[in-house]
Amino acid sequence: MSQIAFLGAIESGLIFALVALGIYLSFRVLEFPDLTVDGSFPLGAAVSAVLIVNGHNPWMATGLAVIAGAMAGFVTGWLNVRLKILHLLASILTMIALYSVNLRIMGKPNIALLGEQTLLSPLESLDTPYYVTTPLAFLLVVVVCAALLVRFLNSEIGLALRATGANPRMARAQGVRTGWMILGGMALSNALVALAGSLFAQSQGSADVTMGVGVIVVGLASVIGGEAIISPSTVLKAVLACIVGAILYRLAIALALNLDLLGLKAQDLNLVTSVLVMLAIVLPRYRLRRPVG
Amino acid sequence: MIRLEDVHVRFGVGTPLETHALRGIDLQISEGEFVTVIGSNGAGKSSLLNALSGEIAVSSGRVRIDGRDVTRLDTAARAPLVARVFQDPLAGSCEFLTIEENLALADARGRRRGLKPALDERRKQPYRDYLARLNLGLENRLQDKMGLLSGGQRQAVSLLMATLQPSKILLLDEHTAALDPKTSAFVLDLTRQIIEEKQCTALMVTHSMKQALAVGTRTIMLHQGRIIFDIRGEERSRLGVKDLLDLFSKSQGETLDDDALLLG
Repeated sequence: MSQIAFLGAIESGLIFALVALGIYLSFRVLEFPDLTVDGSFPLGAAVSAVLIVNGHNPWMATGLAVIAGAMAGFVTGWLNVRLKILHLLASILTMIALYSVNLRIMGKPNIALLGEQTLLSPLESLDTPYYVTTPLAFLLVVVVCAALLVRFLNSEIGLALRATGANPRMARAQGVRTGWMILGGMALSNALVALAGSLFAQSQGSADVTMGVGVIVVGLASVIGGEAIISPSTVLKAVLACIVGAILYRLAIALALNLDLLGLKAQDLNLVTSVLVMLAIVLPRYRLRRPVG
Repeated sequence: MIRLEDVHVRFGVGTPLETHALRGIDLQISEGEFVTVIGSNGAGKSSLLNALSGEIAVSSGRVRIDGRDVTRLDTAARAPLVARVFQDPLAGSCEFLTIEENLALADARGRRRGLKPALDERRKQPYRDYLARLNLGLENRLQDKMGLLSGGQRQAVSLLMATLQPSKILLLDEHTAALDPKTSAFVLDLTRQIIEEKQCTALMVTHSMKQALAVGTRTIMLHQGRIIFDIRGEERSRLGVKDLLDLFSKSQGETLDDDALLLG
């Protein structure tokens, strides 16, 4: 693998670390299997891309993308909490609806951002090449988001959020309004995913309505893979596991696609992803089941 | 002061499985009273408890706590007034959270939760002291996951959790029923101590007539959704299990054939 390919893998690994943090919040903390992310990732990309090509400030564009993602998560939570639709189905409904919404926002299936003023533009004027500075900038973003998330989950509200996922009946008896917790948690989760989508579009130089396909599986692969490496016994460790998992996953994919002897090509990405997730789920179970001694 | 006024609870209205779990309960519990509730399966004990905690909505009637009408409030909204220990040791605490996190969660009952850290050294010390009274060595295991504790230990911690913050009524839902006899006695003893010490108003559901008479200041018996007797004071202190059974057949004109209730 070349240095550029390696740093490229790190870069997208860091972006998907944000997705993994969002998925950790929904799948693990709230125990809410949320497929909205397949829609909120391109939503973040679409909102920021449209604003950027229309000459708006990229910071504002990214900020609004995050808010749009939060709204998408809120809708999924609302369908589940208020309308009592099964969580998985609620998230699928939002995801499907977002496909149309994203097309409407962009007005076309694809928006190029080449030559536009993005968050990453200031980095281009530096002496260091972009393939070094971009991953460093994203590392900073991930560290800040992760630190804030850990601090939040250890706060009084964060603890209530964790109890909501683990034992909602007990949480209610302790005065936790579990409905609001789910709405807020889902909003936060999808805000993180939309941020990832926005950054992905700005670093790749385009937003595409199909870019969300399989984001959920990649994110889940990162969470599960990370947990296999770092045991998530505390919030801090669980969050670190997401980040490590996302980066290693991207490296593994880059490696697999780079190895000529496997004969894999870029179009095999989703197949490889699914197989990796399957292995990550099954292998730890197999290891436990083996008789000891 | 807790008041139930003509409370009815119906489940599955309009379906073949419609049940009328509570049929007009009138009950007044004064401050500091410790009421034990007995009754056979399906008598309405759990419905009574759930109607008080807000977990089920009453079909008609009023629930008042300290004069405030809470009939329409859900569990979370009543939490500042009502504390609860569940029958299932797994239900009353979060197994994925640590012991100290569970305590912190319960410590915030009835208070507004904010973005302050849920735990810091200043807050941990009282938890440690409180746990130490159990003599289970849990004060040195604050960071252990709740799921590592035995059923009895979890029930003991649940009891501490329920009484960390004051409440208008403490609901105990057969909280010793799932434990072995020795542990059950330990938890019951602890219950008695804490209730006396904190002067809680409490309502304890139990399957055992002996237990119902042994603890508390007042005993009510439910049968088919109604209160069939309500005894306290000197009258209560003179009664034994046998007298309770007589009382039951006198009021109902039938004999009680629930083995689980007799054996207790």
